Amino acid sequence: MTRFGENWEKGFRDMVTEAGINAINDAGISGEEINAGFVGSMASGTLIGQEHIGALLADYMGLNPTPITRVEGACASGSLALRQGFMAVASGLYDIVVVGGVEKMTDLGTTEVSTILGGAGDQEWELFLGATFPGLYALMARRHMYEFNTTEEMLAAVAVKNHKNGAKNKYAQYQNEITMDTVLNSKMVADPLKIMDCSPITDGAAAVILAPSEMAGSFKKEPVNIVASTQASDTLALHSRETLTGLKSAQIASAIAYKQAGIAPKDIDVAEVHDCFTIAEIMAIEDLGFFKKGEGGKASLEGRTSLEGEIPINTSGGLKSCGHPVGATGVKQIAEIVWQLRGEAGKRQVKNAETGLTHNVGGSGATTVIHILQKQR
Amino acid sequence: MKESIPLTWRRIPERYTLLGTQCETCGKAYFPPRIICPQCRRKGKIKKIKFSGRGKVYSYTKIFVPPEGFEKQAPYMLAVIELEEGARVTAQIVDTCGDVKIGSPVRAVFRIIQRDDPEGLIHYGFKFRLANDT
Ligand SMILES: [Zn+2]
Repeated sequence: MTRFGENWEKGFRDMVTEAGINAINDAGISGEEINAGFVGSMASGTLIGQEHIGALLADYMGLNPTPITRVEGACASGSLALRQGFMAVASGLYDIVVVGGVEKMTDLGTTEVSTILGGAGDQEWELFLGATFPGLYALMARRHMYEFNTTEEMLAAVAVKNHKNGAKNKYAQYQNEITMDTVLNSKMVADPLKIMDCSPITDGAAAVILAPSEMAGSFKKEPVNIVASTQASDTLALHSRETLTGLKSAQIASAIAYKQAGIAPKDIDVAEVHDCFTIAEIMAIEDLGFFKKGEGGKASLEGRTSLEGEIPINTSGGLKSCGHPVGATGVKQIAEIVWQLRGEAGKRQVKNAETGLTHNVGGSGATTVIHILQKQR
Repeated sequence: MKESIPLTWRRIPERYTLLGTQCETCGKAYFPPRIICPQCRRKGKIKKIKFSGRGKVYSYTKIFVPPEGFEKQAPYMLAVIELEEGARVTAQIVDTCGDVKIGSPVRAVFRIIQRDDPEGLIHYGFKFRLANDT
């Protein structure tokens, strides 16, 4: 992957090519061996005016005439691309597939970017009426506080923990630790969410190589198995859901994923979850079955999700500290889990990690994609 | 985001009069209108209904960083309102000094939602205010 951040010196095609080359080198293969590709990007058309990015990627990576297809599912676009690649290999149609995720966001100003990201929600019935993305998650946070006595300190604990992890990640946008006071005293965006409860605007790209298990053993690096790949949908608008305190799409997608993998939530050693806002991580660790509904905030405050805790969450720094180039995030989550399972995560390594999970959410929860990865034994 | 004139025109019934739909098979009310009932699908029978505009606050937030077109209104209250017919909507709560709570009774009012620019389109629609206010 590329470093995540305000990559003013790098364009969309530079980043996606860099990430692709890094993945190809990591696998120790050559471009001719790649049969197909899938790339996730939420909003290249509005962010940089460039559509048709599958073709762009094939061209700039020197992969023509290999077919490369773009997929889109808002902030879950990266995981969706991985899922398409997974299905293409599993079907037997292709052997070696490259999967990428990319977003170039800092060419525009914050207000324009926020408006574009709003397109992940319901344009006509949320955004038009004055909602913003932080606003939608604030509505969830308020309700979570009302039903479960979740506090602003519990939200802040998520940001503090994720910065602590991000400080150990050379790819992260923010490699600095922060204090609870910094979060609590930061500028209000949508009450109760403050700027330090929100993931930033980021440029970046990430890529991985997929191959059938029986072939993967012949590559340079130790391969990791994808043992579950699931996706679930929910209503586009937040207000159409029965509850605001969790994402049904995440609950359903993860339940199916555990079944596919033949494991239970307690078997997960490390997880990357979609913390676009701090409340999103609290809901995620509940939806995924790591903690009971309503207890995610308390668990976060008690450090149970820290690197040393019982279930380390977002060792990469999460969206909050590693950054959130929307289309790239899902693929970055996969890269982080692969590094963890191979024991290559350096100072943020979780000891004896054998099974990892990724949770990537589109919009306010209308799409959730779950993957479970396991070390090859 | 600026809406096109045809889109704004097309949504006038729903935005001006809270026109929604209800499924006669299962009784569930929907706003905005739907062509099929997601619960009953082809067994459902959709009819139009006009919501009363009375409801309760289900959740709320105060928006300090507004989207394009709302700069002059910020900060403002945004809420998910549960209408008395059962459907929920996202809308602003206006004319209040901040004493909004979960469960507060509210009623719909007709207001300007946003203006494109001094010469441009004025978009109208529903907002809510606390029902006990006079
Ligand atoms: Zn029905």
